[in-house]
Amino acid sequence: MAESPNIEPGQALERLDRLAEEAERVLREAGSPEEIEQLRVRFLGRKSELTQILRSLPSLPPDQRAEVGKRGNEVRQTLEGLIAGHGDTVGARDLEERLRRERIDLTLPGDPFDTGHLHVLTQTRREIEDVFTGMGYRVVEGPEVETDYYNFTSLNIPPGHPARREHDTFYFSDQLLLRTHTSPMQTRSMEAQPPPIFIVIPGVVYRRDSDATHTPMFTQVEGLAVDEDITLADLHGTLLEFARATFGPRQKVRLRAGYFPFTEPSVEVDVSCFACKASGRQADGSLCSLCKGSGWIEIMGAGMVDPNVFEFVRDHGYDPERVQGFAFGMGVERIAMLKHGIPDLRLFFENDLRFLEQF
Amino acid sequence: MKAPVAWLREYCDPGLSSEEIGERLSLSGTELERILRVGVPSTDGNPGFFRIGKVLSAEQHPDADRLSVCNVQLAGSDTRTIVCGAPNVAAGETVLVALPGAVLPDGTKLGRVKLRGVVSDGMILSETEVQLGTDSAGIMVLPDSLEAGEEAGRYVTLGDDVLELEVSPNRPDCMCVYGIARELHAVTESPLAADPGSEDAPAEGESEAGHLLAVTVADPELCPRFSVRIFTDVEVGPSPLWLKARLTAIGQRPINNVVDITNYVMLLLGQPLHAYDLDRVAGPALTVRRAHEGERLVTLDAEHRVLDAEAVLVCDADGPTGIGGIMGGARSEVSADTRRIAMEAATWSGPNILETSTKLGLRTEASARFERQLHPELALAAQRLAARLMVEVSGARMAPGTIDVAQPVPPAHRIELRSQRVEGLLGERIEPAESTAILARLAFGVEPRDGDLDVEVPYFRDGDVRREADLIEEVARIRGLSRLPATLPSRRHAVGGLTRAQKLRRTAADLLRGRGLSEVITFSFISPQVTAKLRLAPYDARTRVLMITNPLSEEHAAMRTTLLPGLLDAAQHNVARDRRSLRMFETGRVFLSNGQEVQPEERLHVGVLLAGEWQPKTWRSEPRRPDFYVVKGLLAGLLEALGVEWRLVDGGPSFLHPGRAAEVLVEAHDVGYIGELHPSVARDFGLGELEQPPAVFEIDLGQVVAAAERKERRYDDLITYPAVLQDIAVVVDDAVEAQTVADAVRAAGGPELRSVQIFDLYRGEQVGPGKKSLALRLEFRSPERTLTDEDVAAIRKRIEARLASEVGGTLRA
Repeated sequence: MAESPNIEPGQALERLDRLAEEAERVLREAGSPEEIEQLRVRFLGRKSELTQILRSLPSLPPDQRAEVGKRGNEVRQTLEGLIAGHGDTVGARDLEERLRRERIDLTLPGDPFDTGHLHVLTQTRREIEDVFTGMGYRVVEGPEVETDYYNFTSLNIPPGHPARREHDTFYFSDQLLLRTHTSPMQTRSMEAQPPPIFIVIPGVVYRRDSDATHTPMFTQVEGLAVDEDITLADLHGTLLEFARATFGPRQKVRLRAGYFPFTEPSVEVDVSCFACKASGRQADGSLCSLCKGSGWIEIMGAGMVDPNVFEFVRDHGYDPERVQGFAFGMGVERIAMLKHGIPDLRLFFENDLRFLEQF
Repeated sequence: MKAPVAWLREYCDPGLSSEEIGERLSLSGTELERILRVGVPSTDGNPGFFRIGKVLSAEQHPDADRLSVCNVQLAGSDTRTIVCGAPNVAAGETVLVALPGAVLPDGTKLGRVKLRGVVSDGMILSETEVQLGTDSAGIMVLPDSLEAGEEAGRYVTLGDDVLELEVSPNRPDCMCVYGIARELHAVTESPLAADPGSEDAPAEGESEAGHLLAVTVADPELCPRFSVRIFTDVEVGPSPLWLKARLTAIGQRPINNVVDITNYVMLLLGQPLHAYDLDRVAGPALTVRRAHEGERLVTLDAEHRVLDAEAVLVCDADGPTGIGGIMGGARSEVSADTRRIAMEAATWSGPNILETSTKLGLRTEASARFERQLHPELALAAQRLAARLMVEVSGARMAPGTIDVAQPVPPAHRIELRSQRVEGLLGERIEPAESTAILARLAFGVEPRDGDLDVEVPYFRDGDVRREADLIEEVARIRGLSRLPATLPSRRHAVGGLTRAQKLRRTAADLLRGRGLSEVITFSFISPQVTAKLRLAPYDARTRVLMITNPLSEEHAAMRTTLLPGLLDAAQHNVARDRRSLRMFETGRVFLSNGQEVQPEERLHVGVLLAGEWQPKTWRSEPRRPDFYVVKGLLAGLLEALGVEWRLVDGGPSFLHPGRAAEVLVEAHDVGYIGELHPSVARDFGLGELEQPPAVFEIDLGQVVAAAERKERRYDDLITYPAVLQDIAVVVDDAVEAQTVADAVRAAGGPELRSVQIFDLYRGEQVGPGKKSLALRLEFRSPERTLTDEDVAAIRKRIEARLASEVGGTLRA
C-alpha cells in the first residue's frame, strides 16, 4: 500500500468502518488456518491499513484524534475477536478432519499381556486359609518328612493300631516317613505354644495309593482350636461358617458320627449339595450325580481333640481335664473338585496347561 | 462289611426302607457306601411270579434227550406243563417255579416259550438262577413241607438289598449283622431280638472234649483265648437253602454245611471260627506258638506261605496246620469224609494279626475282624451259636465240655459320666435320663449316682469305650450330632492372619502369575536317575537324595532335591501336546538328605521355566524367545519386588549352558541358579525338539523371604531436590563385561550417583572392530541440595578418568 500517512480525518472513520465490514466478509470465506493467518496479517499486521491509521493519529487534528483513536481500537478488538473465533472454528474443523483420517481398525487384536494362572489348588488353599484367618486363625506349616512319633504315635495311633492300615505310608526307615496327613503339626504346634491356640495347617501329604480316586500326593488343610471351653457345638458353628464362605451363603452342614483315633467324639462333615440344592434329584428327575441322590456331600472329618492326644503335650500346658478343643481336616483337591466341577483327581498333577489355564 | 436288610430285619426291624436304614446308620457312624440289590427284583409285584410247585410227573421230552416235560402242581387244580433241562428233576419233588412274566436277577423276563415243540408254562429254578447259591448242576429240591402255590418269598429270601457299610477300625462289634442290628436298635428304638449267641446246644455222649484233643497255648499274650468244642457224627453235605441264601446274599460262596456254619456265625456275630477235621489233626493235639523265622505252610487257598517270627501258628503233632486268626492250613481241611470236627473259637492279638496279615499280603474276613481286637467273651458266644447250628444242620452230636485255654478276662470297665462334662464338651445340656436311655439301648449298664451316671461297658465295646469322652461320643452320635447348636468359640487372643513371610510368598507367586507364568504342582518324588540325567557333580548338594524304601515305582523313589526335573517333565508333557509357549513356575519343597534315619533339610524353592515363545508373534511384532535375559529380567523383578539385594556370579550348575549360567546371590548368600538349560540335558528330558533349550531359574524362596523379612521399608526423600539425568556412551573392548563398566562408573560416581542403567549396546563401524559401546543412563541426586551442571560435570570427569584407568574405556561424544 502506497498511501499517504496523512489521512483525512473524515476519511479515516469511513475507512475504519469499511475495514471492519470487509474483514468480516473475507473471514467468513476463509477455510484453512493458513488463510486465517494471512488475513490476520492483512488486517492486523504491521503494514495493515488499521495499523497505518492508528499510527497516523498524531498527524490528525487534536479534536479528531480521540474519536479516530477510539474507533480504531474498537475495530482492532472486533477484528481480533473475529479472527480468534473464526480461527477456533476452522482449527476444530481441521482437527476433526485429521482425526477422521487417523481412524484405525479397532477389531484387530490388542497387544498380548497374558496373565498367568495360580494352580487351582493354590487358589483353593488360599481361599480356605483366608476364611480361617478371617476368623482369627494363624497359618502354620510343618515338615513333609515326618517321624513315626508325630505322624502316628502322638496322635493316638500307636504301633499295631488298625488305623495305620488306612494310612498307606511311604517310608525312609523305621522311624522316618512321608507324612500321611497334616495332623502331626497339631502336636508340634501345641509343643511350641500353650493354649489358647487357633491354627490352620495347609500342606501336601502322601499316601501310597494311586488310582482313579487317589494320587500318592495330595493337599490337606488341618485346623486346630484349643482353649478351656471349646465345644462340639463350636465346631459345628465354625464349619458352618466355613461351608457358607466357601460354597455359598445358604449352605447347611450336617455332622455324622465318624472315627479318627485323634478325636473323640469324631464327626464326618457334609454340606448340602449345591448341584441339586439338596434335593438329591437333577432337573430331569434323575439322581443327582454329585451327591448320588443323598442331598449331601462329604467335605471333611473333624472332632473334639482326643484326651490321649493332649496327654502327649500335657507338659506344654495341655491338661486334658482343663483344656479341650476341636480339630478338622479337609482335602483341598476335593473342595476344588466340588467348587469347579473337576471330574478327575489326576488332572491336578498332570500340569496340562489346557487344564491349568482354566482357573 | 455287608449286611443284607432282610437278615438285619430278623433282629431289628424299624419298618424303614433300606435307604432309610442306611441313612440312619450313616448318621450314627456306620457309613453306608452303597446298597446292592441281590436276587430277584422286588419291583412291580415280581415276587408274586415265584411260587412253590410240586412235580406231579416228569416225562422224557419226545424230541430232546436232555429235556423233561413236567406236570407241576401250583395250588389245587392249577397245574402247568413246564419243560426242564435239569438232570435231577423227578416226580414228587417240591420245587421253586418262576411263572411267565417273572423277572430273574439277571434281568431276563420269562415268557411262555415253545421248547422243541412243547410249550413250557414257566421254569423250574436252580440256585444260581435266583442267586440263592452257586449250584447250577440241577434244580433246587425243597422240603416237602412247603405248600404248593405259595409265594416262594414266604420261605426263602428271594431278593434282598444288601447294605455295604464302612465300619471304622474301632468297632469290631459292627463287623456282623447282629452288631449292626444293635446300632439300628439304638438309633431307631425299634426292639432288638435276643443275642443269637446266648443260647447253647445240649451236649451228648461220654467222651469229654478235653479227652479227645489236647490244646496248648505257648504264647498267651498273642492268643488270650483258644477254645475248642468237639462234634461227632457230623454229616458233611450241602447246607440247607436258607443258609446258602444268607451266605450268597453277602457274597460268600457256600462250601459245605460245616464251613458254611463257621461263616454264618462270623457274619452274624463277628467271631471267626475255624473247623478242623479232628481225624486229620495229628496227636490229636493243637499248639499255639510263634512261627520260626522262615517257617512254611500251605494255607487253605493252596498258597505256600513263608512266615517270620512275629506270626502265630496253630500246630498239630506234625507241624503248622494254620496261621492263627488269618487262615487255616490245607492239611486239616474239612472234607466230605469228615466225621469229627474240632471247632476253634479263639481270640488273637489285634496288632499282631494286623502286622502278619500286612506282611503276608493276606487279608481275610477273619483277619479283618481279629485285627480290630475281638473280646474273649465273644469266642464263647460264637461257640454256642455254632453248636446249635452244628446239631441242627449237620446232625452232629456235641461232646461235653469246652476246651478253653484262656487268660483271665478282666472285669468290665466302669466309667463315670458327669452331666456337666457332657454339656461342657458338646455345648448343649443333655438330661441324664436321655443319656441313660441311649446307653442302655447300646447295652451299657447304667446306674445313677449323685446326678451323674455310673456306666458299665459291655464286653464287645471294651476296646473303644474306656473314658468319659468315649461315652459322650456314644450319647452324641445316637442322639443325632446335627441336633447340636451351631456356635462359635468365645475367643481370647483373637488375632490371626498370615505372617509377613507367608504374605511375601504369596507376593512372589502373584508376581510370577502377573508376568504371565502359570503355576504347576508336581510330585515331590522323582526318579533316582535324575541325578545322572542332570549331570550333577558329586559335590553338588542336589545329590543328597533321600530314598523311599517302598516307592510306588522306581520312577518315584527319590525325594527331589531340585524343582527342575518336575518342571522339565511338565514342559515335556505340554510340548508333546503341541504347546508353543511354556511359561511356568512351581513353588514347593525340596529335600536334602541327612541320612535315611533323620529328617532332611526341607527347603521351599521357587522354580521358573520358560520355553517356546515368551511373547507370541502378533500382527505387528515378531515373536520373542525366552533366553537368559528374559529369565534374568523376571528374576530381577521378583527379587526387587521382595526388596532384597541380589547379584549374579558367573558359573552355575552342570545342567546349564556353561556360557549362559550363573549363581544367584541374595544378601551374599547363594540361593540358586539361573541360566539356559544345557542342550544335552534338554534332549534327555525329551525337550530336544524345542528350537532353543528352556531358560530357567530356581531359588530358595524361604531364604529370600527371610532376607526380605529383615528389610524394613523406610522413607527416602526423592522429592525435595530433583534428580539430574545424564546419558553417557562408553567404548570398551568387546571382552569387557557390562557389569565391570557399571561397577567402575558406580565406584567413581560417589554418593550423588544414585543409579546406573545400561540401556543400549552398539557394535559396529562407529566404534571399530573388537570394540563395543555401552550407553548408560546416570541419575545424580543429592539429599541436601539441587545439583548444578557444574557439580555433575565434576563427577562426570571422575567417572571418565576411572573408566579410562580401570576398564580402558573412553566416553563417546
